[in-house]
Amino acid sequence: MIHRVSIENTAESFACAEDVHVLAAMEQARCHGIPVGCRNGGCGACKVRVAAGNFHTKKMNRAVISAAEEADGCVLACKLYPQGDITVKALGRVWGPGTVRKSASFSLDFTRPALSSQPDKET
Amino acid sequence: MAITGVLRPGHVVIRVLEMAPALKHYIDVLGLTEVARDKKGRVFLKAWDEHDHHSVVLREADEAGMDYMGWKVDSPATLKSLAKDIEKSKLCSDLEWIPAGEHPETGERFRFTIPTGHVMELYADKKYVGNGCGTDGTNVNPDPWPDGQHGIAPSRFDHCLLYGDDLDGTVKLFCEVLGFSLTEQIVTKADPTFKIGAFLTCSNKAHDVAFIRQPVKGKFHHASFELGSWEKVLRAGDILSRNKTSIDIGPTRHGITRGETIYFFDPSGNRNEVFAGGYIHYPDRPAITWYDESLGPAIFYHDRKLNEAFLSVFT
Repeated sequence: MIHRVSIENTAESFACAEDVHVLAAMEQARCHGIPVGCRNGGCGACKVRVAAGNFHTKKMNRAVISAAEEADGCVLACKLYPQGDITVKALGRVWGPGTVRKSASFSLDFTRPALSSQPDKET
Repeated sequence: MAITGVLRPGHVVIRVLEMAPALKHYIDVLGLTEVARDKKGRVFLKAWDEHDHHSVVLREADEAGMDYMGWKVDSPATLKSLAKDIEKSKLCSDLEWIPAGEHPETGERFRFTIPTGHVMELYADKKYVGNGCGTDGTNVNPDPWPDGQHGIAPSRFDHCLLYGDDLDGTVKLFCEVLGFSLTEQIVTKADPTFKIGAFLTCSNKAHDVAFIRQPVKGKFHHASFELGSWEKVLRAGDILSRNKTSIDIGPTRHGITRGETIYFFDPSGNRNEVFAGGYIHYPDRPAITWYDESLGPAIFYHDRKLNEAFLSVFT
């Protein structure tokens, strides 16, 4: 079965087979609404919230998707398999050019979404 | 100057989300060899040219990343003496002796958490199992390489790059307590005493471990494995693509260390590297400095800019 995946943030949509993860289908379709990292459920770059639709997931790194987040519909697009048309919202990260700042809490363009176990991104 | 004290990175323990695909990756694609499993389900692997029992340990867990990295030292006496020095330095926390045998065929290990939050170990003994090249017994009349290689087949586990916050504390520990040298550093041009990155060696290599300052504790950027030539790095790219492995970047060249490289991800999102080249470090070799404005070519010399994943994708 082929389903339609829509990304709220960018109004992109693309086709995705049930046995292909959403991030792979997005890259195949040359869409860009979800950041691409490891593609293997580890880094958290492609975190999305599923706004509508049925899906199943495979095991994700608990350090980047907490149980509470998962219960709330947050998943990694690289472990997300649609079982019908779905709509997702990419969560947060904006890729930017490398910038280097020095301050009390120095950060090298630290654009990974904040996690409960990690300090918040410097603003 | 002879290499004494801390000799080399001896093992890295990597957490994987599922063991079966991890083994397919680390054995069939990367080309390590399984040497043992234990009751906890950990799988112990080695690269072909390593003589010690194991260098990579996989542990199934809910979180990806690195449990710890182990360093082989030259003798039990050095192990005791460095353990005391680490304690005296007050730079580390959670100091602990791990009994012999907790890793198979391995002596006691001294474990400690460094200022960037990474768990490190020192040990002096691990069983020699040999590299399989001897034709008339171990290390007798050897062939240059063994039969039966599979996958990319790097010669050894070489180094890790790690992300953490207290870079200054970790550099102080490695240089002043553990006897490492700084081979290269990235600093801010505005304040050249402020380090963003530090590349450290305990040997003749351009780095045995590297750290980049990021506002996190104990994070893992990659574990790297050595190949003999640029052509083998290109061949690694072929093998990775054939196996549909998620490639991060490369083959390309690093400015820092001059290594030829390809970055890719294991099935749990832990980054691996295979690389070739670099230079020989001697203790009198001046440290190389890179300014922050040249971070792009320092990391990826051809693209001259960081890719999106370099700073923000880690486990």
